[in-house]
Amino acid sequence: MRTAFIEQLIEEAKVNDKVFLLVADLGFSVIEPFAELFPDRYLNVGIAEQNMAGIAAGLAMEGYCVYIYSIGNFPTLRCMEQIRYDICYHNLNVKIVAVGGGYAYGSLGPSHHATEEFGMLRTIPNMVICAPGDPREARLLTTFATKHNGPCYLRLGKAGEPLVHKSEITEPLLLGNILKVANGSECAVFSTGAMLKYVTDFVNDNKLDASVYSFPFIKPIDVQFLLPLFKKYKKIITIEEHQASGGFGSAILEYANEMLNDAQIEQIPFIKRIAIKDKFYSTSGSQQYLRNLAGLTLDVADFNV
Amino acid sequence: MLQSNMISSEDFAKQIRIQVLEMVHKANASHVGGALSMADILAVLYDGVLNIDPLDVKNEQRDRFLLSKGHACTGLYAALALKNFFPLKDLEQYAADGSKYLSHTSHMVPGVEISAGSLGHALPVAVGVALAGKRKNATWKVICLVSDGELNEGSNWEAILFSPQQKLDNLILIVDYNKIQSLGFVKDVIDLEPFKSKFESFNWDVFEIDGHNHTQINDALLKCNQKNNKPKVIIANTVKGKGVDFMENQILWHYRAPNADQLKTAIQNLNN
Ligand SMILES: [Mg+2]
Repeated sequence: MRTAFIEQLIEEAKVNDKVFLLVADLGFSVIEPFAELFPDRYLNVGIAEQNMAGIAAGLAMEGYCVYIYSIGNFPTLRCMEQIRYDICYHNLNVKIVAVGGGYAYGSLGPSHHATEEFGMLRTIPNMVICAPGDPREARLLTTFATKHNGPCYLRLGKAGEPLVHKSEITEPLLLGNILKVANGSECAVFSTGAMLKYVTDFVNDNKLDASVYSFPFIKPIDVQFLLPLFKKYKKIITIEEHQASGGFGSAILEYANEMLNDAQIEQIPFIKRIAIKDKFYSTSGSQQYLRNLAGLTLDVADFNV
Repeated sequence: MLQSNMISSEDFAKQIRIQVLEMVHKANASHVGGALSMADILAVLYDGVLNIDPLDVKNEQRDRFLLSKGHACTGLYAALALKNFFPLKDLEQYAADGSKYLSHTSHMVPGVEISAGSLGHALPVAVGVALAGKRKNATWKVICLVSDGELNEGSNWEAILFSPQQKLDNLILIVDYNKIQSLGFVKDVIDLEPFKSKFESFNWDVFEIDGHNHTQINDALLKCNQKNNKPKVIIANTVKGKGVDFMENQILWHYRAPNADQLKTAIQNLNN
């Protein structure tokens, strides 16, 4: 995903001379082509994320479309107040990119597990939150983020994620879009971020009659797309590589509750949330090992309607 | 372009102080001491140093002034109002219900570049603005005014460490060194001394001045125009509560607002 991101960012920077990339001394063997092509719109600010977020705000005030790039929690939690106050309150054109979403850097330990940032960022006005499900989505979201004039967070996996969307998605992604990946009748899985491959494989391998939707956007989600899904499906399973509290499944529950209150739906479908249950994991392990440990797995029984 | 008033910058500073006192009295607000300590700096800046047009506050060629000690915004609002960025009468709305004149600097106010209230924020942003200026080969400059206590914040030191690396000689940092922070004297909380040599060792050009002497403020700002690849810092030695004898050097006046009698005495004090 990070390769898809940087390749697409280079494409964007070729046609938009406002694109500026800041890195906090991370991105080895990823960011170099951008740095070489656009030295006047690239800077390694050093290992100082609060300063990076502030500098990004300053550059954005002067008209740049600024990307800040680092891994895990460093470009988000480490500088959360700069994101809230300098970037989001002033509604500046800054894109925050984190590589290594969820347990991607599994064995590096909880310092590198990015599993709480959706919840923190979701509460901040003006912030758009994106998490691509595969490299194709990563490209589309990079294009989206560059065109979108305002704060945006992009949670990437790391390298080598397989393609889930079999062919190039020809339509550009618009704010809040949902992508249908598999077609079923009464049950649907709502997946965000890099869980998508696991979900589609599980549904295919078990020959389940279930729809799969990828949610490249966690905030906002376009209610024009979401509302029919609440009407259509009896059962919805949400899955994310994030704490249950404040995450993607929480957002889905909140949308459902709003729609019920506004009488747009008569009842809320059965919603099962698969997310991390308020726990840190100090066990070493691969991404898949930690996902299993945290219970980020589907069960065929979940699909019984 | 800012028009110099027919009055001296010293008189302008006095008018700023009077407006500050009126505002905090009316709103029963805190932070009068830190607004009075930086009044002379603001007076010199807005009396001809800053290239800013009150009728064209977003002009690309303007100098950018970012106030980081947002709690002392009464001083900035007063300076802007007195220079016709908005009507002087608007200051009566300071901290009132429904007003845009928040009691921490608000970028909704004409002429204000950045909202500030959480300490240690505006300097990194100013560094970003200065970096943009460098990348665009711009001729305008960036000035950021911070408090002394605010320099406890690590984010400032990230920015101070960073700026010489990018040769940001278009950046001027002014420290309102009034020696008092929220709960005590700076030297008793976290001593900044040796202050000048700290900045020098970080590769900044340092000018240490009396922050109430307009000639010294002017001279230091002129010296800051030198293009030598180094960011500039002016350590302005000031007195918290300056100009009102019973407020000077008193921690209490970080918090207290003057009552009607105290306001009257304070203004008499300034007029003498
Ligand atoms: Mg102080």
